Amino acid sequence: MSNTKNLFDKVWDLHSVKTLDSGQDQLLIGLHLIHEVTSPQAFEMLRDRGLKVLFPERTIATVDHIVPTENQARPFADLLAEEMMSAIEKNCIEFGVTLLDVNDSRQGIVHVVGPEQGLTQPGMTIVCGDSHTSTHGAFGSIALGIGTSQVAHVLATQTMALGRPKVRQVVVNGELGPGVTAKDVTLHIIRKLGVQGGVGYAYEYAGEVFDRMSMEERMTVCNMSIEGGARCGYINPDQTTVDYLKGRPFVPQGAAFDKAAEWWLNLASGPDAKFDDVVEFDAADIEPTVTWGITPAQSVGISENLAPISSYAPDEQTLIKEAFRYMELEENQPIKGQKIDVAFIGSCTNSRISDLREAAKVVEGRHVADHVRALVVPGSQLVRKQAIEEGLDKIFSDAGFEWREAGCSMCLAMNPDKLVGNELCASSSNRNFKGRQGSPTGRTLLMSPTMVAAAAINGCVTDVRELLTPATV
Amino acid sequence: MNEVEKITGTGIPLLLDDIDTDRIIPARFLRCVTFEGLGEHAFEDDRIQDPEHPFDKPEYQEASILVGGRNFGCGSSREHAPQSLIRWGIQAIIAESYAEIFFGNCTSLGVPAVCASRQTLEALDKAIKQNAKQEITVDLKTMKIACGDQQFDCTLPENARSALISGTYDFLAQLLKSTSEIKERAAEVPYFTSFA
Repeated sequence: MSNTKNLFDKVWDLHSVKTLDSGQDQLLIGLHLIHEVTSPQAFEMLRDRGLKVLFPERTIATVDHIVPTENQARPFADLLAEEMMSAIEKNCIEFGVTLLDVNDSRQGIVHVVGPEQGLTQPGMTIVCGDSHTSTHGAFGSIALGIGTSQVAHVLATQTMALGRPKVRQVVVNGELGPGVTAKDVTLHIIRKLGVQGGVGYAYEYAGEVFDRMSMEERMTVCNMSIEGGARCGYINPDQTTVDYLKGRPFVPQGAAFDKAAEWWLNLASGPDAKFDDVVEFDAADIEPTVTWGITPAQSVGISENLAPISSYAPDEQTLIKEAFRYMELEENQPIKGQKIDVAFIGSCTNSRISDLREAAKVVEGRHVADHVRALVVPGSQLVRKQAIEEGLDKIFSDAGFEWREAGCSMCLAMNPDKLVGNELCASSSNRNFKGRQGSPTGRTLLMSPTMVAAAAINGCVTDVRELLTPATV
Repeated sequence: MNEVEKITGTGIPLLLDDIDTDRIIPARFLRCVTFEGLGEHAFEDDRIQDPEHPFDKPEYQEASILVGGRNFGCGSSREHAPQSLIRWGIQAIIAESYAEIFFGNCTSLGVPAVCASRQTLEALDKAIKQNAKQEITVDLKTMKIACGDQQFDCTLPENARSALISGTYDFLAQLLKSTSEIKERAAEVPYFTSFA
């Protein structure tokens, strides 16, 4: 392989079956993850045309968006949710697809389950009818969110039509300060490049900061690539990737693993790899970051005040004014100290075991403020089990958090977990859109899980660094 | 599959930036196993809060061309978003720019999502607000938008344009033609063969 090829181009070229008349490539898909919300209509399209799933063993289903997190006993109280569960069960049986449902100990948020089971591997093309599929890029794969029609295409042909994006390398060098997390890095990048900055690009995250990150931290960063407009994001596989995958259920074992690992590591972009664009950031400039508005780019460092409307470009001011109005915040005010009503730790961005461990360090020996409703929703049943084994459930419960079952929960409120009225929620999720958390007037402040924990304790937006003891910093 | 060359209809103005797909169709309406019935819930939460929302105004109920702003359709990949717009009556979108998954979903459903300059969008917005019955035409062959005696340029990536004009925007039929090539390619990808 040419030394000037970056990982993206190597993986794309390997999977390109042919160029279609439209000029798009027909891309072979290595792993197709499906869930209950965006698949039923796709299976119906197959049924209508009398088609089968071409590679059923390369498709894995789980349930996450609609599952309640308080009581997962069937039938669900919500009849619409129950109908969707029945549909995916029926479809998976009929089309020969493995389903990890609520009775399976491996069930969870699709973007937590894939890596956890070792389904997600470097060099793969991975798709799912969910925009946060970009998460899987953390392993050095091309991981794309797709619509339901494309889900049908991939089910029927294991391929889809796609134009090749450009590749931008996003470099962060230097050292992150104490209390600054992967979530802060990704929020900072989106703030600087904008929610549309990545349109037309795949992002390669590179530099010392990503090299040092654990796989779970890398997943947090890649997860939010889509919020910056990028088609996907990835990090080159390295020894951290190989060590994470070794021994996981769907990963090759023995001699095949060694062969796989060698192939994975060789996919990484080399020092001479070419990119369509390169942007660089200094880790020292990043502090714990909080969104204040209605897009993920509307954020500030915890020590900053909200910028005045006049400081924005004239064509942005309408949206900024609308964000202030909707969020009931004022220009020039600090974000720190803003009273919250709800604290949510969970979602495909930040619900993995390391997220829960770090948040537990902040809450241990403390109590959630009286006026705050706080919940912790593990990303998968296995994360939940691990957390219980480590006693994290008790730390959260003793502190006044509700300890829930695995699911998407309050990230998007397709299930009973929702904001009420104009509640303000400190949330470790990925979207602060109007109404995103289930109430048409609900308000979301995105931040890291440790920042959510700190906000829950103090009852207001807090600089988590003030709650970290020297031992935990 | 129908060829999509030219869309003519009246417009509906929604010239706002960063309209995300949660706003187009709130998540609670995704609790369904078909796309039927999504039309009536398009922009439901925005409409609840804004009695003046264009989707509720009587004069725009017959509109088929949506005029949007920058980064239209950002966020969730839910195809329910364009599906709800189509079922409401939208047949084409003119905006400054789009999020990519939304754009791809529109194209695969035969809805041209063309880009136009801010000036064009403002002129269209003004024309529609002055006269809701004003006919607008989006012509994919000439890549022109006609609105009364005004004419504007618009853009659409060539692969989407050719797919719409030739009526091949549902790629499934084309993809299905390559089954043997797909299997041949799969045999060359190390993980498809378990690194044997």
